[in-house]
Amino acid sequence: MNTLASGTARPTGYRYGVKPFNATRVLTWGLFALALAVAPLVFRSSLALTMLSQIGYLIIICLSYNMLLGQGGMLSFGHAVYTGLGSFIAIHTMNLAAKGSLPVPLVLIPLVGGLGGMFFAILFGYVSTKKSGTTFAMITLGLGELVASMALMFPTFFGGEGGITTNRVYGTPFLGIPSLTFGPQIQVYYLIAAYCFVCTALMYAFTATPLGRMLNAVRDNPERVEFIGYNTQRVRYTAFIIAGFFAGIGGGLATINFEIVNAADSLNGIRSGGYLLFTFLGGATYFFGPIIGAVLLVFASILLSELTKAWLLYLGLIFLFMVMFAPGGVASLIMTNLRVARFGRFGPFWALYAGLAVTGALTAAGAAALVEMIYHRQLNAALGPELHFLGLSLDTSSATSWVLAAALLAVGGFLLEQVRRRFVRAWGHAQEQIEAEIQRRLRHRGGADAGVAP
Amino acid sequence: MSRVPNPAPAAVGDIAGGAWALELKDLRKNFGKTEIIRGVDLAVRAGERIAVIGPNGAGKSTLFNLISGRLAPTSGEVRLAGRRIDGLRPYEINRLGLSRSFQITNIFPKLSVFENLRCGVLWSLGYRYTFLRFLSRLDDANARAEELMRQVGLEPKHDVLAMNLTYAEQRALEIGVTIAGGAGVILLDEPTAGMSKTETAHFIALIKEVTVGRTLLTVEHDMGVVFGLADKIAVVVYGEVIAFDTPAAVRANPRVQEAYLGSAVADAQGGH
Amino acid sequence: MNVEFFAISLLNGVSYGLLLFMLSSGLTLIFSMMGVLNFAHTSFYMLGAYLAYTISGLVGFWPALVLAPLIVFVLGAAFERYSLRRVHKFGHVPELLITFGLSYLILEIVQLLWGRSTVPYGLPTQLQGPLFTLYGTQFPKSRSFIMLLALLMLGAVWLLLTRTRVGLVIQAALKHPEMVEALGHNVPRVFMLVFGGGAALAALAGVIGGNTYVTEPAMAASVGSIIFVVVVVGGMGSLAGAFLASLLIGIVQTFAVAMDQSLATGLQALGVAVTEQTPGYELLKLTISQVAPILPYLLLVLILIFRPKGLLGTRED
Repeated sequence: MNTLASGTARPTGYRYGVKPFNATRVLTWGLFALALAVAPLVFRSSLALTMLSQIGYLIIICLSYNMLLGQGGMLSFGHAVYTGLGSFIAIHTMNLAAKGSLPVPLVLIPLVGGLGGMFFAILFGYVSTKKSGTTFAMITLGLGELVASMALMFPTFFGGEGGITTNRVYGTPFLGIPSLTFGPQIQVYYLIAAYCFVCTALMYAFTATPLGRMLNAVRDNPERVEFIGYNTQRVRYTAFIIAGFFAGIGGGLATINFEIVNAADSLNGIRSGGYLLFTFLGGATYFFGPIIGAVLLVFASILLSELTKAWLLYLGLIFLFMVMFAPGGVASLIMTNLRVARFGRFGPFWALYAGLAVTGALTAAGAAALVEMIYHRQLNAALGPELHFLGLSLDTSSATSWVLAAALLAVGGFLLEQVRRRFVRAWGHAQEQIEAEIQRRLRHRGGADAGVAP
Repeated sequence: MSRVPNPAPAAVGDIAGGAWALELKDLRKNFGKTEIIRGVDLAVRAGERIAVIGPNGAGKSTLFNLISGRLAPTSGEVRLAGRRIDGLRPYEINRLGLSRSFQITNIFPKLSVFENLRCGVLWSLGYRYTFLRFLSRLDDANARAEELMRQVGLEPKHDVLAMNLTYAEQRALEIGVTIAGGAGVILLDEPTAGMSKTETAHFIALIKEVTVGRTLLTVEHDMGVVFGLADKIAVVVYGEVIAFDTPAAVRANPRVQEAYLGSAVADAQGGH
Repeated sequence: MNVEFFAISLLNGVSYGLLLFMLSSGLTLIFSMMGVLNFAHTSFYMLGAYLAYTISGLVGFWPALVLAPLIVFVLGAAFERYSLRRVHKFGHVPELLITFGLSYLILEIVQLLWGRSTVPYGLPTQLQGPLFTLYGTQFPKSRSFIMLLALLMLGAVWLLLTRTRVGLVIQAALKHPEMVEALGHNVPRVFMLVFGGGAALAALAGVIGGNTYVTEPAMAASVGSIIFVVVVVGGMGSLAGAFLASLLIGIVQTFAVAMDQSLATGLQALGVAVTEQTPGYELLKLTISQVAPILPYLLLVLILIFRPKGLLGTRED
């Protein structure tokens, strides 16, 4: 279950030896490849294609970020520096290639972006990884601001306010096939998907290497690592460089996708914050968490932002609650519930989850109504006091709407708290029972598959 | 990346004539104006088992920190097999063949027992910061980790996360990680802290078993353990070694009796 | 560079530096006390400014000077009690994350309630105009007030910590929270008060900083990263280091913003010709004033390379 902790599978016969083709593994990766290949055929609209393309390279970026956060315990507030600089290196290379001075085919541009990201990670990483923990976070913040501020000083490289543009259709078509120019979005999607699959596989493989495991050890106990012969800073620095490489690949793919890079957008702290927020929401403690995070990022920034102007506020609230109640993110929610189900203890939770959902929806509706009404008064005052919310018509000028919304929030919140307490009790009880079961199995079998406790 | 095997660490009989496995010369440590370690001289032969005893606050853990590189000495020398190691970083000292355990259990909580031990062996087997090889294919590392698990008696719990072990099991794992790299000089800081009588006895047997042929220094409070395990005892009081001799001689030493042992000796003699 | 410029810039730099210190001291205190680096610290600064703006509009500036920090104190303490406390047990990274989330949230709420553009938070009549005129340039009363407030605040906090019982309990709880709790003191409550206190100090800085400089949604982020640089450069956990670093950065930035020399002009003064064709011209023609925004971060990088503990660092992270 805990894929970060054990990079080894144990098929019958071998304990820790070479993994032959493990059925579960082949199935999972096969499904992943299938999903990537088939997604645009299932979701056919151009909006879907846009979203899928963005999800593709954001998966790479969020996974690279989690190499630092989830695997290494390094909280970085400046990851956009490496994706952004990778983007810039990529776009300049594309422009040079189009002019004929640097014959780099489009399919290799993401690698160029990766090398760009890696170069800057080598440069900045040395200083960043000198410290750990909170200080490291502050340093990455400062460096992020440094690079973002420098953008205005070097307009030839960063393109000033307008950014740098490019055209991804240049040179000879891919493999000589005249229609594969990467002009159409669908072709760009498949390029992104290919890189996504390969990079995901590589980053997963990394977790099963000595450096990957020592990175975990550094996360768990950086001091002890020094006493088993490893230089903690060197472990962090090397991992930082590798993460920068993959971040740059993501940046390069973004460049190909949008054909424009703008320093104000690509390098700033807000973007770094976004990577952090969604990687964490997806789940930093499981390898596949950031994949979920990337999907959530695209859905939130494209769909949620259309739905309501207050989406950043809702996002902030969701993030806050996640940190308090589910710090392992969506991935851990899935996995821990699966675990409870595996031990056959999920029964009481159907009703409890239903209760949480209903009371949560009531509370959220009340809160959202209030927020939307405030926003409406703020921003759309010219449109009059009426506001459409969830199919109802709210009147911001009348007290009734406000009182009703507040009442809904209060009542919903109260009920939610009752259900939550009951849930926590039931959950704790279930965990105890599972623990007891595990201990029982350990005593009974004294060996194979005792189950991994969280 | 090709493997670079470590030079063999200091073992019994390996040391050139006369050289000590571990040597401290006029070691001093000040924190601000306070002298914690006030000129310690110690010379340990290869393969010896030394118990370091003394009242609380005498500076025993500080001494271990100075030797293992966690703290830098204010002055004086620390020599490992004749080579100066004072002022070196902990990982440099570890690579030269000295390893230590901690009073407060210091393992990798979110890694399994097996993973903990495997991490401990990686460097000594020559695997550096490589990310181009799979852990599951490192047969020597895996075999060694399995062997260590058997030695410390944690094989049934190989996949259990370290943070879910019992206290005694975590202490056993701590020992395992300490000896994993094959270091010739082992420092154990209160290995039996917090254990019951039976657990302690079992644990001491374990320690004796796994440190065969190596030089051992251990901080201990339990006198029964000390007199049963140690070839020599170093008595540390107020940052100085006031006696360093065989257990019998230390028992008889009037300075020691006055400063520290007193009734504890009588207890050990009577109840042992 | 003449005496007039030097004197006025020095005064401006010191007053800005003291404002930075008001902020970084609260941050350092919370970090020393609780090991939590409050990412939302400058958000409390912003909240203080906005609240003071509204309260000034209702009852005037001077009551706002007291009320706004008080309100923020309550809000900060409530946040510690209901959110931060829950996250303590998960470690330092989640603590930092939750304060990060809070900063996000406060920003959105401020924009929700007060809008996205600058608000006209003005100085009260008593603080308008110059305090004195030096060499023909005026030094405003508002900036002098900042200096006064900063020094008073520093003095009061120092007195509180070292001379009162509450202060001693706080100092003890920093080092040995369990022991202090065993002695019967309510340590969680102490943490709540300290967090609220730190937030209130930030809000106080906001009350006076908001109308001296500008009150807008971006104010938290713009001063936020500089404050973190101050804290790292000064040495994490060192109040004296924060003081030194604040003044250093405040003065350097104020001077730099006014200087129009560049490497190119310097070279030209030495007789070397610099034209657009010279390699690296883009770098050479950057004036110091253009480079001013990144100077604090350059300082951060230099300190990390040459003196990683910070100027007066005591605590290893």
